[in-house]
Amino acid sequence: MGRYVIGRIGAAAATLFAASIVIFSFIHLIPGDPVSVMLGDAATPEQVAALRERMGLDEPIWVQYLVWAGNALQGDLGRSIFFETPVTQVIADGAETSILLALITMIWIVLFGIPVGILAAIRQGTWIDQGLSGLAMLLASVPTFWVGLYLILIFAAGLGWFPSSGYPSIFEGGGLANLQYLLLPSIALAAPNAALILRLTRASMLDVSREDFVRTARAKGIRPSRVVLRHILRNALLAVVSAFGFTFAALISEAVVTETVFALPGIGRTVVQSILRRDYPVIQGVILVTVCLYLVINLLVDLSYRLLDPRVEL
Amino acid sequence: MLGYLRVWTRPVVSRPLAALAGLFLIVVLCCALFAPWIAPYPPDQIDPVNRLLPPDAAHLFGTDHYGRDTFSRAVYGARLALLIGVGVVSFALASGVPIGILSALYPMLGRVLMRMVDVLMSFPSLLLALGLIVILGQGVLNAILAIGLIYLTTTARIVYGVALRLRSEPYVEAARSMGAGTLWIVRRHILPNMVSPLLVQASFVFAFAQLGAAALDFLGLGAPPEIPSWGNMLAEERIYITRASWLLLWPGLMIVLTAFSLNVMGDVLRDRMDPRFREMMGK
Amino acid sequence: MLSVTDLTVSAGPRTSPIGIVRGVSLGVDQGEILCLVGESGCGKSMTSLALMGLLPPGARVSGGSVELDGHDITHLAPHRRVRAGRGKLAMVFQEPMTSLNPVTRIGWQIEEAVRVHDPDANPTDRARELLEMVRIPDAANQLSAYPHELSGGMRQRVMIAIALACRPRVLIADEPTTALDVTIQRQVLGIIRELCDDLDMGVIFITHDLGVVAQIADRVAVMYAGRLVETGAVAPLFRAPLHPYTERLMACLPDPAARSKGFATIPGSAPRPGEIPDGCAFAPRCPRAQDVCRGGEVPVVRPEGGRRALCHFPLAEGETA
Repeated sequence: MGRYVIGRIGAAAATLFAASIVIFSFIHLIPGDPVSVMLGDAATPEQVAALRERMGLDEPIWVQYLVWAGNALQGDLGRSIFFETPVTQVIADGAETSILLALITMIWIVLFGIPVGILAAIRQGTWIDQGLSGLAMLLASVPTFWVGLYLILIFAAGLGWFPSSGYPSIFEGGGLANLQYLLLPSIALAAPNAALILRLTRASMLDVSREDFVRTARAKGIRPSRVVLRHILRNALLAVVSAFGFTFAALISEAVVTETVFALPGIGRTVVQSILRRDYPVIQGVILVTVCLYLVINLLVDLSYRLLDPRVEL
Repeated sequence: MLGYLRVWTRPVVSRPLAALAGLFLIVVLCCALFAPWIAPYPPDQIDPVNRLLPPDAAHLFGTDHYGRDTFSRAVYGARLALLIGVGVVSFALASGVPIGILSALYPMLGRVLMRMVDVLMSFPSLLLALGLIVILGQGVLNAILAIGLIYLTTTARIVYGVALRLRSEPYVEAARSMGAGTLWIVRRHILPNMVSPLLVQASFVFAFAQLGAAALDFLGLGAPPEIPSWGNMLAEERIYITRASWLLLWPGLMIVLTAFSLNVMGDVLRDRMDPRFREMMGK
Repeated sequence: MLSVTDLTVSAGPRTSPIGIVRGVSLGVDQGEILCLVGESGCGKSMTSLALMGLLPPGARVSGGSVELDGHDITHLAPHRRVRAGRGKLAMVFQEPMTSLNPVTRIGWQIEEAVRVHDPDANPTDRARELLEMVRIPDAANQLSAYPHELSGGMRQRVMIAIALACRPRVLIADEPTTALDVTIQRQVLGIIRELCDDLDMGVIFITHDLGVVAQIADRVAVMYAGRLVETGAVAPLFRAPLHPYTERLMACLPDPAARSKGFATIPGSAPRPGEIPDGCAFAPRCPRAQDVCRGGEVPVVRPEGGRRALCHFPLAEGETA
């Protein structure tokens, strides 16, 4: 513990700083005057001037950045032009949906990707392996929104087992039963990512199974199932765990599309709508928050990886 | 002693599957190149009388809500798929390769460049692409740039890794110590060894560019609606899915099969490549 | 005790198999160290893996038998041997750096074997005892060490401890000292010699280093291209090799007295599996080879003293090839 953790946090902070400059510059890279674009043609000069004033656009650029970043550090990401509420409020409104969607999806990915990857690895070369590996490659090649549309068609519109769209909060009427609204979306979202985890699990199981220490374990005369679970899997999971940061980033990206298909009131759909509405402060805020989240999750993945692997000193 | 045995035990995608994938890609290529001769109708020919027809002899894949022939539109859609794929791969390679090689050759510069790549990688890829589209505006070229930017980062990382490994190979160090110029080392030792990793990377980028472009189209932020792309077809017809579910089947299948075939090709190429670099190319 | 008869290991497609080990017969007795010598690629490691029932995928035992105390264990994987009560064969592998599981403590790795082979023993006590047997200082504390915290020599001792946890009748050691420094090598050799005597077990010691053979072996088996070309007790074999290959191999040992003669070498290289010529495999490199060597069966020569060689023209004492 200690030096590595501090160094790692420092690197994440540096990345965040650089990313914040990119996100800040975003509004200034848009061609034309962002204020008139945001307010539309109907805006009066007074409204434009007021918004310019509020966003501090008349200050020198570095002052603008410092003000923006300073406010962001204090939890103020500006105000939404469309909703006329703080951006943090807009994000908080979508957070429940997005976080629950991500968690349920993660559960699918782990429950499907890892065991099936193990199965493919121990049946390496058989038709089971060929079939599962082929399926994984197919799933990784399918657009999530397309899967989502057909899931809606079959299980919501056709069989009527699940609701087709929307998501009422679990804190309102219905309680945890409302999670059924997230079932189809999470399956659509899990499919390509579970496929990647499946392939990764299989590949690292096979890599590890060629290692010398596996032969040592087998030579002891312990059961093959124990060799697979206690020796091969234990080591193979190190590679799988380290991929979860990447998986999380992929989830955020694809959630944008999935939430749109299923009309879920999450952050992803908000971002798409904000793009269409030219609500730039919301876009900036959401991107900043997801980058932060990504860096934190990667940090946690890295640290847990180091806890799992005794060779690496903290 | 045990090394040569692995040749027989290495898992490979089954040959028939690879052959089918190759065949499908050739079909897509032909569709793109000879669309006007293959498609029975112009892709934008509106026929209000024959809206939402199920598949039959006159309209193999049925017709959409304007009465346009879905088969013809799917054939023309191959053009945009090819354009996006070639565009994204070219952009990713043209930018990623120099960045990766320069970073490997000049460590000081490399620290800065790779740091910047890291920063870009900390953005969720679709949000990065969407942000760029907001700045650049909507359009095919901008979609290519936006998706290309995502794969610039991964390409640069891979090239950097391979070049770094090659640079420390004994024979390259030997060439360097005998006074070989940087350009000569790049041309003689680094680029030739880069070909097969880049080929693998190109086929994966080509595959995922299809999915990225389809997502942008679906969100209404990709190719303009008048262009018959597979993603646009899905976006336009999605509200008719309960009335005419086949309308979404074909364009979706085209995307899936194209991406799948390219992934299979990438996998086959990766299985054949130098094991030293294989691990860098993901699993 | 351990008796191997006509063991054949093949790889490649069943229709056109490639012979890697071609009819090896050997035996080891209690308290005896048999050294299996040969150049790399001659099939030593494959022989040992076949004895253990640990052949890699793609290779298989296609003929012959392995018997331990009269029981056939040829086609049994280690865990099946244990279940059948025939698990008394253990192995120490070549690479101490990679042969231990990197993410678990060494105590755990030893105890795992103890639980299988000594169900009644207290695993921790037994593991500590085993570490003491291979003379690891501060054994009780070292149980909680991870492999990467130990030096190569220490790891190889842990490997031996794991093998001993199986209470082996015969210990197979595949080049256990090749990756170690010379001083450490000596210590490990000493431990193996001592354990062999104390525990009265047989040892098959695989090496390419004739210097090591001279230090440790009771008997020697020389392997070339998948065959045993010569076997015999170490002293007579070193004094008067029968097979020209054995003689050339020994001539390659550096001899300080004869430095001016330069380095002796064997011209050419050992044939790879699948490219082994008919007749005597050594014939293309053998200065004594005649036409008769290049085809047909090679006769077995059995002079006094239990020695055995596969050669048309064995050397007489003092003769060079």
